[in-house]
Amino acid sequence: MVKPTRVTNRIRSLRFGHGEMTQAELADRIGVTRQTVIAIEQGRYSPSLEIAFQIAQVFKVPLDEVFQYPALGSSRPMGAARE
Amino acid sequence: MTLEEMRAWARLVAAVGAYTGYVTVVLERTHGRPLAEVPYSAALVWSITAAIVGATVVETVIRTASPKVTSLKDVRDRQISRMGDYIGQSFVVIGATAAMFMAVAGLDQFWIANAIYLCFVLSAVLGNVTKVIAYRGTLPQW
Repeated sequence: MVKPTRVTNRIRSLRFGHGEMTQAELADRIGVTRQTVIAIEQGRYSPSLEIAFQIAQVFKVPLDEVFQYPALGSSRPMGAARE
Repeated sequence: MTLEEMRAWARLVAAVGAYTGYVTVVLERTHGRPLAEVPYSAALVWSITAAIVGATVVETVIRTASPKVTSLKDVRDRQISRMGDYIGQSFVVIGATAAMFMAVAGLDQFWIANAIYLCFVLSAVLGNVTKVIAYRGTLPQW
């Protein structure tokens, strides 16, 4: 079934916090097109795990400071919650 | 715009343009005859050739005129390309199946050839429209 991505991110604020890095600069650093960075930033594209880690490394922060995913809620198996 | 998005636009325009030209030429040649008796084969071959050459020419012109178009192809481009091709291929299967049944039914070569060509065009249109929508909107998740 087709569904939109639920992954959100803080790339825009992180870029501005790193010397107002442009989308083109970020794209060059991680080896993708500027259009892909725009799509990720706007939540129109859920990046691969590899790209996600590369973005986090550019900003020198853990992955979950760049990308967030909503809690699974009641569908989460019991005992699966993080301690 | 990436090179791959531009290619999708070029192929879409070329496929629709070449097929429109082909249909126009065939219909102009009827002169009251049944469609199956109209000479179509040369126009069909020229139309397919024009679609291939036309897409290449349009792509080259846009690349030359728009230095902002990047030739880098990344993982998103590959995912969009794969999805567009996957969806477009459905019409290739429909065309092949239709042609097989038309041949079994003994229909004229005109109808078989045109059914196949129409499905090629619909495949190109559907596949490239899918790619353009994915580039402009959200790449769906399964």
